[in-house]
Amino acid sequence: MAGRRFMEQALSDWMRGTGPDSDIVISSRIRVARNLSGLPFPLLATNQQSAEVHTHLTAVVDEPEFAAINHFQKFSLVEMNDTEKQVLVEKHLISPSLANESRNGVVILSDDESISIMINEEDHLRIQCLYPGLQIREAWEQASRIDDVFESHVDYAFDEKRGYLTSCPTNVGTGIRASVMMHLPALVMTQQINRILQAVTQVGLAVRGIYGEGSEAIGNLFQISNQITLGQSETEIIDNLYSVVKQIIEHEKAARELLLTDSRTRLTDRVCRSYGIMKHAAIMDSKEAAQRLSDIRLGSDLNILNHIHSSELNELLVMTQPGFLQHIYNKSLPTDERDVYRARLIRETLSKSKSKS
Amino acid sequence: MICQQCSQKPATLHFTKIINGQKTEFHICESCAREKGEWIPGTSNGFSIHNLLSGLLDFDLSGGDSGTSGTAHANKPQATRCENCGLTYSQFSKLGRFGCDECYSFFGDRLDPLLKRVHGNTVHIGKIPKRGGGRIQRKRELEDLKKQLQLSIMNEEFEQAAKLRDRIRDLEKNPPGAAEHNG
Ligand SMILES: [Zn+2]
Ligand SMILES: [Zn+2]
Repeated sequence: MAGRRFMEQALSDWMRGTGPDSDIVISSRIRVARNLSGLPFPLLATNQQSAEVHTHLTAVVDEPEFAAINHFQKFSLVEMNDTEKQVLVEKHLISPSLANESRNGVVILSDDESISIMINEEDHLRIQCLYPGLQIREAWEQASRIDDVFESHVDYAFDEKRGYLTSCPTNVGTGIRASVMMHLPALVMTQQINRILQAVTQVGLAVRGIYGEGSEAIGNLFQISNQITLGQSETEIIDNLYSVVKQIIEHEKAARELLLTDSRTRLTDRVCRSYGIMKHAAIMDSKEAAQRLSDIRLGSDLNILNHIHSSELNELLVMTQPGFLQHIYNKSLPTDERDVYRARLIRETLSKSKSKS
Repeated sequence: MICQQCSQKPATLHFTKIINGQKTEFHICESCAREKGEWIPGTSNGFSIHNLLSGLLDFDLSGGDSGTSGTAHANKPQATRCENCGLTYSQFSKLGRFGCDECYSFFGDRLDPLLKRVHGNTVHIGKIPKRGGGRIQRKRELEDLKKQLQLSIMNEEFEQAAKLRDRIRDLEKNPPGAAEHNG
């Protein structure tokens, strides 16, 4: 368990790359749920049975086919402290349920953290592949390849009528959840977002965003994902998501154009105001930080601010989360103190980024 | 807007889902979401539909068809307990989770209305495991051919029907087992 590299950097290496449409799409993710036949699902498994699942599945990762895909490291959840678990959750590398509820839980991470394999989560096996930008097909190809390697060594719970059998009926069939994280500030500012998201839900997709007091999503970040896993092929699921995301991108682009032509000065003011506050504030709560980061990201995408890279903003998004913040300052912080440390970290990061250019 | 769960705090998480074209909206406050244990700190996707859905399942299964509420339970004598893991159907509907892969066969067709409501479908058409999947692939093909055969008989296309019948016989007589390894 030496060298927990996932603790050293807020930003996974895969996030440093850029992908298609990465001015609007932050990341694409595929998660595949699988179970071994003949053993109860984790919910009802005894300690011994979940240990058996652990043994079977981790052994596969030592097979040569895996080395051809990437270099992997295994981490047992019981050997982690709470901060380490929280950091993995904040980096989207494990689920809260693996962190808090699993027995004999394991996470297997590729060095660039683009692949995360969870054992004994809600299902025996969950394969997650993350790519920057809009690369949902690429993410599925990678996940499917890993799935094939597991399948050649273990017997999956599969039924010809219901497909891959999962603990929750919402995942049965293909077992895949494809999701895309989008930054949609202009659609929010021009008040088109509700109409568009409503249309999205009409075609079997789910939208998730966390909302603040008003109607604005915090950080203007929205996750679009498939709801249906049974009765559609993986390709259909992914193509459907892809085409909808493409359409949302076009709407967001048009809204950005509109803002630039109709209210450039107000937009510039908003972006620069947020940048100024982030560079100088002494107290910053997580909600405000997310909103200001969104303004800065938009300003950077539209060349209103031109010395900030999106990777720095992604890094700040993760670093300003409670777990990482406490890890960086190496102590547990009550909420109000956290806001002070968060402001300090943001000030330091942004002034560093300026001197770089 | 007030939280649907506790009816006290303002709802800050808004979530819409569509099942079979029926729209359901959820409005929940942060502390209720957190209580549900599906909250990923500070992220925008920390909201799982599963827990919301388990409530929905509960509702579905006691109510029968959509829109009708009531306590009338299906009076068909179907397996109410998975003999492999011991999970009962009512435990399943409370938890929203199966206990093992065999639950699916013990609960059988009883799952159809639920799956139909969640996915709009009841039958998998996606990826198949390569090992042991050859048999399933062949079975899918056979079923398909048999359907075509019935159709051509109905349409009195007897020449076509004869061809189909021969292919079905071939497939049934010579399962291409040589092509499939077991390890
Ligand atoms: Zn509440
Ligand atoms: Zn069972």
